[in-house]
Amino acid sequence: MAYVAVKGGERAIDNAHAWLDSDRRGDPAVAEIGVDQIREQLGRSVDRVMAEGSLYDRDLAALAIKQAQGDLIEAAFLLRAFRTTLPRFAASTPVETAAMRIRRRISAVFKDMPGGQILGPTYDYTHRLLDFTLAAGHTPAPALREAAEQAVAPRIHDILGHEGLIEPDVASDAEPFDITREPLAFPAGRDARLQSLARGDEGFLLAMGYSTQRGWGGTHPFVGEIRVGEVLVEIVPPELGFAIEIGEITLTECQMVNQFAGSRTVPPQFTRGYGLVFGHGDRRAMAMALVDRSLRASELGEAATAPAQIPEFVISHCDNIEATGFVEHLKLPHYVDFQSELETIRRMRRDVEAALLQEAAE
Amino acid sequence: MSLDLPGFADPVLGAQRAFRAVLDAMSHPGRIVRVGEGLVSPAPLCSAAAACVLALVDQDVRVHADAEAVAAADWLRFHTGTTLCGLAEADFVLALALPDLAGLAAGSDDAPELGASVILQVAALGAGRRFMIEGPGLAVPAAFAVDGLPEDFAGIWAANHRRFPRGVDLILCAGDRLAALPRSLRIREV
Amino acid sequence: MNGYNFAYLDEQTKRMIRRALLKAVAIPGHQIPFGSREMPLPYGWGTGGIQVTAAVLGPDDVLKVIDQGADDTTNAVSIRRFFARTAGVATKTHTSVATIIQTRHRIPEQALTEGQILVYQVPMPDPLAKLEPSRAETTRMHGLAEYGLMHVKLYEDITRFGHVSISYDYPVMVNDRYLMSPSPIPAYDNPKLSRNPALQLFGAGREKRIYAIPPHTEVRSLDFDDHPFRTTRAPHACDLCGDDASYLDEVVTDNQGGRMFVCSDTDHCASRQALKEAAE
Repeated sequence: MAYVAVKGGERAIDNAHAWLDSDRRGDPAVAEIGVDQIREQLGRSVDRVMAEGSLYDRDLAALAIKQAQGDLIEAAFLLRAFRTTLPRFAASTPVETAAMRIRRRISAVFKDMPGGQILGPTYDYTHRLLDFTLAAGHTPAPALREAAEQAVAPRIHDILGHEGLIEPDVASDAEPFDITREPLAFPAGRDARLQSLARGDEGFLLAMGYSTQRGWGGTHPFVGEIRVGEVLVEIVPPELGFAIEIGEITLTECQMVNQFAGSRTVPPQFTRGYGLVFGHGDRRAMAMALVDRSLRASELGEAATAPAQIPEFVISHCDNIEATGFVEHLKLPHYVDFQSELETIRRMRRDVEAALLQEAAE
Repeated sequence: MSLDLPGFADPVLGAQRAFRAVLDAMSHPGRIVRVGEGLVSPAPLCSAAAACVLALVDQDVRVHADAEAVAAADWLRFHTGTTLCGLAEADFVLALALPDLAGLAAGSDDAPELGASVILQVAALGAGRRFMIEGPGLAVPAAFAVDGLPEDFAGIWAANHRRFPRGVDLILCAGDRLAALPRSLRIREV
Repeated sequence: MNGYNFAYLDEQTKRMIRRALLKAVAIPGHQIPFGSREMPLPYGWGTGGIQVTAAVLGPDDVLKVIDQGADDTTNAVSIRRFFARTAGVATKTHTSVATIIQTRHRIPEQALTEGQILVYQVPMPDPLAKLEPSRAETTRMHGLAEYGLMHVKLYEDITRFGHVSISYDYPVMVNDRYLMSPSPIPAYDNPKLSRNPALQLFGAGREKRIYAIPPHTEVRSLDFDDHPFRTTRAPHACDLCGDDASYLDEVVTDNQGGRMFVCSDTDHCASRQALKEAAE
């Protein structure tokens, strides 16, 4: 074989992109999927991509999913890369989840409470049987949207808070850390940790949260409340000096009630774990709340020994854009380094073989 | 009033050129580079100092302007969006007289990069008091002359260099020329 | 490119990186945390180097991008295209005419000159990370110049293997103060780090760190008096240009152990071949 240098990188890249284009389209005899179809019919994918892509835009998320052939991490990456080029017009005021227009609201700690339990559009009690009628095309019966008419429901944690049973959630006017603008140093503040978790990889958060349930940093959680619905986003333009609405977003909020902290002098109180994510995502919000609480171990005077209790470990590894980049970079050429390893291992083997020969000769 | 003075004619390329000049100067201590030619600077700043400010300062950093430089405060705020602060809190110090270097942020052992940068306007570069400088950026010790530093500058600098990697870095500006003295440098008067 | 700023990054981001670069030059070898941005290329594929280049680059620059020493490897091509597209700069493959060279894993064979800038893509900027995973802890160790852990690791290598087993990303001391990762260049390239007339800038995007070696700065590869630092290269001459001192790639030519050796630096090799042809 003659030596063929890996020349023509440009052409190789162009060819790969063209192939990818046609591969993405699939069989041209099948109708092309529309971004609107993805937005409307793959809503949970859109939600996850918005959350991990750290950008609330259902249309762009749907486009990213189409462009990435449904690879959700790749889609989130597309959103992140777009997001980073956007100018920052303003920071919103904190969203008021107590005033959420509720679609779903459940609590595991009380049988009933003001506002009631509202299942909303959930998979929770579906039997996981493949529904072959969907494959054939399916028009659903009209749904009874009980929740949409509901009055505002108070947060369960506020109910507990009246009795002083749960640690207070102290409001702060401090400018929150911005993980997209500043490098993190550890141990990071809770604001930075929550931001990282909110856009962390769902699988990673899930596994970390799960590990705390299995004894790796147990936090003894109860689901105080999960609520899903729409909240208003407001900003205060400096020239106006008062808040104006700029839109509405769907959020899932999870408040976990965890075992007490307290001492002889401070009456024991339940502690909080908090999850708040874009879109409808019980799993993501719950996992986030578990991990948030476990990361507070040091703050609450608990021994931090399990992985989920170590902020540097969790926060440094929860971002799937960073993780996938670094894991996948191993497929880039490394032959220069490998060559140096080859020379080193050959030399070391020669040294040992020479020593063995000498021993045998003596 | 200096608000009506323009910044760089081309903000993107003007900033890039000015930065490269400062980078060149910081990488080659004592080297005198041209910067900010044609820039209309607000009194009392020279165009080199003004170019440094436009290239490096924005709302993410805090600036202290000394008693004389503060005359350009409006211009500074308007063009950079920065806020003025006390000497000890400043990321950048804009000065027409060498401030007390010991009173500036010097960073910590873990984060020495938090030490301040002083943009100091002097009377002249390449003339005046003569020093020998050596350290990173210099193949061999080099001569450096500057007019407008205090008499005991070599001693002041020795105290700054002694706490390396903590310390402050100096950018000396005169007219449309500047030179830099990073904290890694050893300086003696000749 | 429509809709994007010159060299992609917005001006505020460039200023932030530029400030970090100046401090990096003032404190040689010290890793400076910076607000690394999400780039349209994956982390681990040169986002740190790209951000540094984007912050430094001007329209008059001539840019060269290499990966494994080669201008035509796919990732080098991809990054070069990125800047041709976003900054419209001239891109060249000749080391001597480039004002900025962005590199992954090599230092060019041809000696760099005063005024050139070499930008390294860095995956793991902290040389201590392999020994101590916590950045909070390694930051403290750098602060105190407490590098005993690394010396112990090297010494253990020597007792186990007879010599240091690190063959790339070989740790160095910069200006006798900071322990630094030279990025995963082969140890063969380490001597070129020291007293290089070019400015060497290092960007780690995912790990959000920037550091630098100013021109003419002393850089020492860690070693011991009785086990001095030494480099390795394949003991052959290049099968294309005949250079017997350059760093070589080993190319498998058949299934029976057939090998050929060629320069990893494609510009160096092509220049030598052109010279040879001209002489013939």
